[in-house]
Amino acid sequence: MDLILQPWPWYIGGIFIAITLILLLLMGKTFGFSSNLRTMCSMMGAGKSCDFFCFNWKAQTWNLLFLVGTILGGFIAYHFLSIDTAAVPLGENTISKLSELGIESAGKSYIPTELFGTEAFSSVKSIVLLLIAGFFVGFGSRYAGGCTSGHAISGLSNLQLPSLIAVIGFFIGGLIMVHILFPFIF
Amino acid sequence: MKKLAYLLVGMLFGIGMFKSGAASWFRIYEMFQFDSFHMYGIMGTALTIAVIATLIIKKKNIKDFSGNKIEFTPKEKSIPRYLIGGIFFGLGWALGGACPGPMFALLGAGFYPIAIAIIGALLGTWFYGLIRKWLPH
Repeated sequence: MDLILQPWPWYIGGIFIAITLILLLLMGKTFGFSSNLRTMCSMMGAGKSCDFFCFNWKAQTWNLLFLVGTILGGFIAYHFLSIDTAAVPLGENTISKLSELGIESAGKSYIPTELFGTEAFSSVKSIVLLLIAGFFVGFGSRYAGGCTSGHAISGLSNLQLPSLIAVIGFFIGGLIMVHILFPFIF
Repeated sequence: MKKLAYLLVGMLFGIGMFKSGAASWFRIYEMFQFDSFHMYGIMGTALTIAVIATLIIKKKNIKDFSGNKIEFTPKEKSIPRYLIGGIFFGLGWALGGACPGPMFALLGAGFYPIAIAIIGALLGTWFYGLIRKWLPH
């Protein structure tokens, strides 16, 4: 039991993702999470402003159920399969780099309390950063036609060159953010 | 019954994302710093199994649970949309420390500020829909 309550090793995470992809394929579906964002926009009436959102979103109900399952999975993982704060163990090197940026919760929490703490809702900086982060993720995944699941997992496992280009893009963006922009942001 | 199955597979995914740390901002930061093998290990394991599974499905012509052929749709050929879109995605992924799946796993875990990022993601998706005709694809 203790092994389950501790953070899981990388290969278990990888196996879980692979099983997810295989089960969805066997259920006749394609693994791609960010499509749900488009579906949700359509449900909320975005079709009135542009036809990109005019499609039969009900055909995507299975994916929305998958999304609800993901929420439940997060709930179960945190409340029943983790101990204390579910802190992520990090190397000393990473902890000291984060400390230089003013992020002191590294190694002590699951995600930085500086950005995601309960006071985030009353901190203009947190709200703006999270909104921008989400905006780029939503815009970028639809522009690129998929996110980590659709490209890095589904696309690459089918040896799709476009997905490789997208994943290279993910990395260029991530490296620019962490190495060039972080010192200005935090 | 089928509906329950999608819910259960989603749960499996959510638990895997959260427990492996793939939903942790710190793990994403560490990955882009090349400080640890952890995230590369997750992606590498997932991909190795998924590539082999995809090959087997194609070679052995394995049918899905309903007895239909499993279709793999090739992605449209292009460079700018994947590269530029990908860069935007990467910027957001590193800043918020979560891609779309983990955002919802974090919401379930009770890290409610992630809801702000989810709202941002919906706005970003909508914005793409609005301006897509003018973007290079």
